[in-house]
Amino acid sequence: MTATLTPGKTLPRSLVPLSEVRNHRSQTPAVPAPPKVQLRKMSFHYPGRLALQGIDLSVPERSVVAIIGPSGCGKSTLIKSINRIAETSTPIRVEGEVLFDGHDVYSPGTDLVDLRRRIGMLFQKPNPFPKSIFDNVAFGPRIHGTHRRSEIEGVVEKSLRQAALWDEVQDRLHTSAMALSGGQQQRLCLARVLAVNPEVILMDEPCSALDPISTARIEELIETLRERYTVLIVTHNMQQAARVSDRTAFLLNGSLVEVDTTEKIFTTPGDRRTEDYITGRFG
Amino acid sequence: MMLRPPLRRKIISAVFVGFCAASVAVALVPLAFILYFVLRQGVSSLDLAFFTQTPKPVGESGGGMANAMVGTLIMIGMAALLAVPVGIISGVYVSEYRRSKLSAAVRFSADVLNGVPSIVIGIFAYSLAVLPFGGFSALAGALALGVMMIPIILRTTEELLALVPSSLREASLALGASRARTVFQVILPAALPGILTGILVALARIAGETAPLLFTSFNNRYWSTRLDKPMASLTVQVYTYAISPYDDWHRQAWAGATVLIGSILIFSLLARLAARRLERMHLS
Repeated sequence: MTATLTPGKTLPRSLVPLSEVRNHRSQTPAVPAPPKVQLRKMSFHYPGRLALQGIDLSVPERSVVAIIGPSGCGKSTLIKSINRIAETSTPIRVEGEVLFDGHDVYSPGTDLVDLRRRIGMLFQKPNPFPKSIFDNVAFGPRIHGTHRRSEIEGVVEKSLRQAALWDEVQDRLHTSAMALSGGQQQRLCLARVLAVNPEVILMDEPCSALDPISTARIEELIETLRERYTVLIVTHNMQQAARVSDRTAFLLNGSLVEVDTTEKIFTTPGDRRTEDYITGRFG
Repeated sequence: MMLRPPLRRKIISAVFVGFCAASVAVALVPLAFILYFVLRQGVSSLDLAFFTQTPKPVGESGGGMANAMVGTLIMIGMAALLAVPVGIISGVYVSEYRRSKLSAAVRFSADVLNGVPSIVIGIFAYSLAVLPFGGFSALAGALALGVMMIPIILRTTEELLALVPSSLREASLALGASRARTVFQVILPAALPGILTGILVALARIAGETAPLLFTSFNNRYWSTRLDKPMASLTVQVYTYAISPYDDWHRQAWAGATVLIGSILIFSLLARLAARRLERMHLS
């Protein structure tokens, strides 16, 4: 609401009403905490194609960072490089560093199982397993070695509550997850991620397949998640980026144009291209 | 007026519809004839004894094919025991390592094996499981049938695994599941209804095979469930009776054929029902 504008600077004709821009919480700790996730001069190659080039991006712990940009600019590749899921379908090559808690995830000997447990991911289209609701949420804890029935039941309930789905499904936990609506399925996928107790949650346009009401519910959830988790969210929807994130990164043609507080990006962006994009001049 | 299609187009359309109908008829007529003849000749010969008794000695009329029915069940059961694990696991391999050279080789061999005449598979089982042990056996028969089933199950598995959306694989891997867990706990279960249908179709197909059994399990006029001895099967029994000079045996051969066709029909229907049920469980 109170976007402080530097006098003399003109306000770009943003598509996003200022009232929607999230107040950046001015939490300035005495000693800045090391970033939870950090990309350093990171370049990402698909066979015969350079998808990302020289990306420098820091994601502070317990913050929400939105990544915006036109289609095909490399947003999805960027977050999929962090949990190393991009490489499961095609061979890839990475230069530079992708640090998670200071550890380069591409260094040899990285335990992918542990990495992906600690960095959860929500996909563009809800992708529940064709199993029961209960088994969907229990899948993660089971593969990570929890087998006691009571323990699993506890985790399932807690995760479904965290994902604001418990009240809707508690009396049909053992029916197929495929019968849920799209929005419910996406919240189930979130519960499935939360059940393995991750530290970072990557979201790849999590609302693009959802209706406005389901979208609002996911956004409310992100609001509560920020207290405990570090969230990176890719979105096409600039209003959404403005509503949910603390910081916003603008990506264009595989390069990071600008990253700053969301408030700054949506009011006084430093780069002409960012301004053009958020005012709807292209993209 | 403008909207009425010109006469020429109407004629062409009628000709093609007629052609399609004729093709369908040509395809269905043999099936109808087979069913008609087998049922007409066979049903009248079916009685309780046919299902409960073993063949009577030459010259005596009556008796049944109970031993052959049980023999067929035992042998296709054992064939499935061999072919289902081998077929599914190699199907998984071929689907997971799509681009490897070995996969291409396995896929090609499966297609070749699928096209090998069943009598040749019989000879293979004969040289592998009859000659070295000095006698016909139910195990040799099951081996021949199992070898025939493997390529069918392998290809079905591979094709159905390819249909599982890759988003499920991503979801599982992103939760920290290993590749093996992803395949065996997410992808394979998602493809299971289709794979089960494939297995049942393969079973129905080999249940009707005669050639691979002729010189592997041979035949047995007596009640026997020993796997190391010759075992009767419906198909070989029908064959033996059909080429015999006795009218009563011809009658029984028709009855045997009726039972065979009837059970394959029921089997296929059950397969469809089971698959549909499983699929419904998956989707809702």
